[in-house]
Amino acid sequence: MIQRAPNYLLYLNVLVIATCGLIYELLAGTLASYLLGDSVTQFSLVIGVYLSALGVGSWLSRYVEQRVARTFIEIEIALALLGGLSAPLLFVAFAQITWFRIALFGSVFAIGTLVGLELPLLMRILREHLDFRELVARVLTFDYIGALLASVLFPVLLVPSLGLVRTSLLFGMLNAAVGVWGTYLLRPLLSTRGLGALRGRGFLVIGLLVVAFIKADTLTDWTEEVILENPIVYSKQSEFQRIVVTQRQGDFQLHLNGHLQFNSKDEYRYHESLVHPAMTMADTAERVLVLGGGDGLAVREILRYPGVESVTLVDLDPAMTQLASEFPPLATLNEHALSDPRVTVMNRDAFVWAGEGESQFDVAVIDFPDPGSYSVGKLYTTRFFQLLRRRLTSSAVVSVQCTSPLVAPKSYWCIIHTMQQAGFDVRPYQAAVPSFGVWGFALAGMQPLESDRDGSFLIRNPLPEGLHFLDAKTTVAMFDLPADLARVETNVNRLNDQVLVRYYEQEWGAW
Amino acid sequence: MVSGEPDRPSTQRTTRMTRRELLAYLAGVPLSGLVGCGSHAGSSFDGELLNPAFSIPHRLRDGWRPPPSKLPPQKHRVVIIGGGIAGLSAAWQLQRRGIEDYVVLELGDQPGGTSLSGERSGFRFPWGAHYVPAPMKENEPLVQLFQEMGVVVGQRDDGEPEFAEQALCREPEERVFFRGRWIEGLYPHVGANEDDLRQLERFREVMRDWATRRDETGRRMFAIPMSSASDGDAVRKLDTISMDAWMNSQGFDSPRLRWLVDYACRDDYGLTLDQTSAWAGVFYFASRLQPGSDHSQPVMTWPEGNGRIVRHLAERCGQRIHCRHAVTEVRDRGGAGVLVRAVDAGSSTTVEFVGDEVIFAAPQFLAPHVIDDWQTSGRRLTSFRYGGWVVANVFLKARPQESGSEMCWDNVIFDSRSLGYVTATHQTGRDHGATVLTWYQPMTDDDPRVSRAELMRLSWRDWADVVVADLSKAHGDIGGLIERIDVMRWGHAMIQPRVGFVWGGQREAASESLGRIHFAATDLSGVALMEEAFDRGVRAADRCFGGAVG
Repeated sequence: MIQRAPNYLLYLNVLVIATCGLIYELLAGTLASYLLGDSVTQFSLVIGVYLSALGVGSWLSRYVEQRVARTFIEIEIALALLGGLSAPLLFVAFAQITWFRIALFGSVFAIGTLVGLELPLLMRILREHLDFRELVARVLTFDYIGALLASVLFPVLLVPSLGLVRTSLLFGMLNAAVGVWGTYLLRPLLSTRGLGALRGRGFLVIGLLVVAFIKADTLTDWTEEVILENPIVYSKQSEFQRIVVTQRQGDFQLHLNGHLQFNSKDEYRYHESLVHPAMTMADTAERVLVLGGGDGLAVREILRYPGVESVTLVDLDPAMTQLASEFPPLATLNEHALSDPRVTVMNRDAFVWAGEGESQFDVAVIDFPDPGSYSVGKLYTTRFFQLLRRRLTSSAVVSVQCTSPLVAPKSYWCIIHTMQQAGFDVRPYQAAVPSFGVWGFALAGMQPLESDRDGSFLIRNPLPEGLHFLDAKTTVAMFDLPADLARVETNVNRLNDQVLVRYYEQEWGAW
Repeated sequence: MVSGEPDRPSTQRTTRMTRRELLAYLAGVPLSGLVGCGSHAGSSFDGELLNPAFSIPHRLRDGWRPPPSKLPPQKHRVVIIGGGIAGLSAAWQLQRRGIEDYVVLELGDQPGGTSLSGERSGFRFPWGAHYVPAPMKENEPLVQLFQEMGVVVGQRDDGEPEFAEQALCREPEERVFFRGRWIEGLYPHVGANEDDLRQLERFREVMRDWATRRDETGRRMFAIPMSSASDGDAVRKLDTISMDAWMNSQGFDSPRLRWLVDYACRDDYGLTLDQTSAWAGVFYFASRLQPGSDHSQPVMTWPEGNGRIVRHLAERCGQRIHCRHAVTEVRDRGGAGVLVRAVDAGSSTTVEFVGDEVIFAAPQFLAPHVIDDWQTSGRRLTSFRYGGWVVANVFLKARPQESGSEMCWDNVIFDSRSLGYVTATHQTGRDHGATVLTWYQPMTDDDPRVSRAELMRLSWRDWADVVVADLSKAHGDIGGLIERIDVMRWGHAMIQPRVGFVWGGQREAASESLGRIHFAATDLSGVALMEEAFDRGVRAADRCFGGAVG
């Protein structure tokens, strides 16, 4: 009876399952090298685990003695589910759990084992109906053709047009289709009992994968694929945040919890703008404080001034400051600033640190992440700025990064108003940083800040040598806000009423 | 009216629970849910079971009498019995009015009463009361106390006090774990239908109305302290029904709203909706609203909870506080003053004090045991009932994983028997790494199968199991993060405003002075609040000047 099915249909079957099998392997390898870096190691490991699992699967096939056709179909459906969901689940796992490697290689092994079971079982099913010599030749031929097909399609067509998650789901669907199709093709070999349920399960899996395929965008929003435009070269889940470095041609980018912190291509614009207005404004700039800024790039700018005696860097995350001093591309970029003898690194929460110590500083440079959560939002409250004032000399100058005044005007002006409420004289200013867009800063003085006679920004001390972005004219121009960045009314951000976090969520959420 | 009913004897129980069944019941988990916590995986933590010092009062209750004193009595202008908030506030007020010659006799190792706090491994944490709603300008003495503490830093244009930012509860303040995830705020709005939201809005309107209305003498219907509010028929009527019955009569049947109000009653009174007097239920919401306002007064809190207030008050008393002193007898000797006899638990010797006036700032249930004339005074205390509490301080080496939510100050688990936990480090700004969670569970006695005596027999291990099982509902990974759990059992922690108690007569009578013995404790207000204890203490101190006795 089975002979009646055209032979090419059977071989098409082989072709599809072979393609699916290799696609799952490629997905795992790609995902591992994107997320964990070091693609040679990741691919070697994935291939090794996968091939050995194939062997395990083949060996296990000898224990399938009865109901071979039914087992084959069950395996197809299981593989469809496992393989189809492998990429989305691994993305989620990477974002959520610390034992990502176990999940990764566990799924590679499980998929490999199931794929390893497929061909031996299929060959045993077909053995009754075909000449063995013919069978082996044809099945293996189509198996290898499938592999070729997968390896060409994957990089050329699938990843660029569908992405990893949808590719995974699509091949899951194909796999399930083979299973469902098998219930018709191998009908004579299957008992009627439970056939409906088997088909039902097959369709259910297809349905599930179709829904996931449609909804894949929502998923990728909170997984890493957004930043996979560039390959990952470093990734670490620290106690506080997920640190990822990506690379593109000669440039690299640092992401914390999926938010871009800088791009080496244009970070100098950001860091020069953040540091130099405060340094040129200060009466003295011997003891300098940097809050946040664990990448060491603000410290690099500060060390350009020979008068600086000490720099105290307070950053929450030791993993971040360690990366800044030990990860070669970053250490080169910050010119080994954190290894400079004048620099002291303290891994503390700046809020707690500010309230505990006594030492005072001439200049403070504040480079915290944007206020996207309450635990960061507290670092932009009147209370925090009051604590900070205790740690500043009476003529000290402070500069703060304040998110984008164009995207988030209320957030930006809320920070300005909060600092004013805490008693600072505040000057808003902005610079264009291509990777971020228009970026906002604030310069604040314990004493009223001096202006030029015409009211424009006064450069009191000369800018240092070696700057790529700022000169006297550009510096003055930063304080001239264009009309679309005009002041807006906001409330003040307080510990017990963190309006800033809500403004920020609204404004960046709507962008 | 509900009569003072003691713990039901165990013979009345319908079915007897096994220990494990009891634990599962307390933790609100299936039996299988208990496996794997305290006694199994990840249980490298230890801890201890703590009790407030009650051995001498219990011995007294059982008829024991201490040896006679060998030393002559110490004479003071005022002797204050009890070093909780009420007694310390009385001392504060005496000092403000110029009386320096007083002593405070405190039973425990340290002052504080139910505002006790602890310190360990660099953390401070509460063992009991842990917050105070910011007082309104009308509560002048309390505003003054907070001014002294640096918590009130000025006055706003409308005359209301201005509070120091760091004393007000920091955002994010509270969240509730509901249907598998944390939701900001206490009301579980996820999945609420229109009727739920309409009822919530109407409930707020009704409370706003109670907060705004005044009686014929111009007093607010509900205010803190309760002694400054109305005692008219409108509020007395509320005390004759339960909050449950009141909500039914008002058509409030939304399950979410009822959960919220039940939570509020358990949180402030240790009583369920059907046990709480409607007066107390409405008091909880209306007394914290400015007239005409829709927003509750902000909440003030400290890492060690109200222990911060205790510390301030106790520092002012200095050497005048005698801890570990259990008062055994109070006798008015007419012209010779009031004799107060106490046992120094440290040396087991009897010491005697004589005061021109005595302030009895301990719970009423102790009064019959120590005051000589009490039996002839004709007072009755049958409706005074006190609830038990279990408080656990859970030391974590790291924070549990959170997805899409940040740990708040107050973290409530929906449909749990516990009240959830407060984070002791919240006010310090430490948002990462090790912390202490203070977990609260009132013993609401709502199931006759669970008696207080039975709860008091549970071991540290048992309670640790209950705490871990409860926290695990919201934090699956917490078991592996725990370094230590200390558990405090409060036998008689809080006065219970059951139906008929607040305006039933006994409370009012008990508030009257007995000769030169003036009473001050929060149970005289019918609700266990810091502000009420403070008010009672201040007013008892005032009576020492006011010719209560000629």
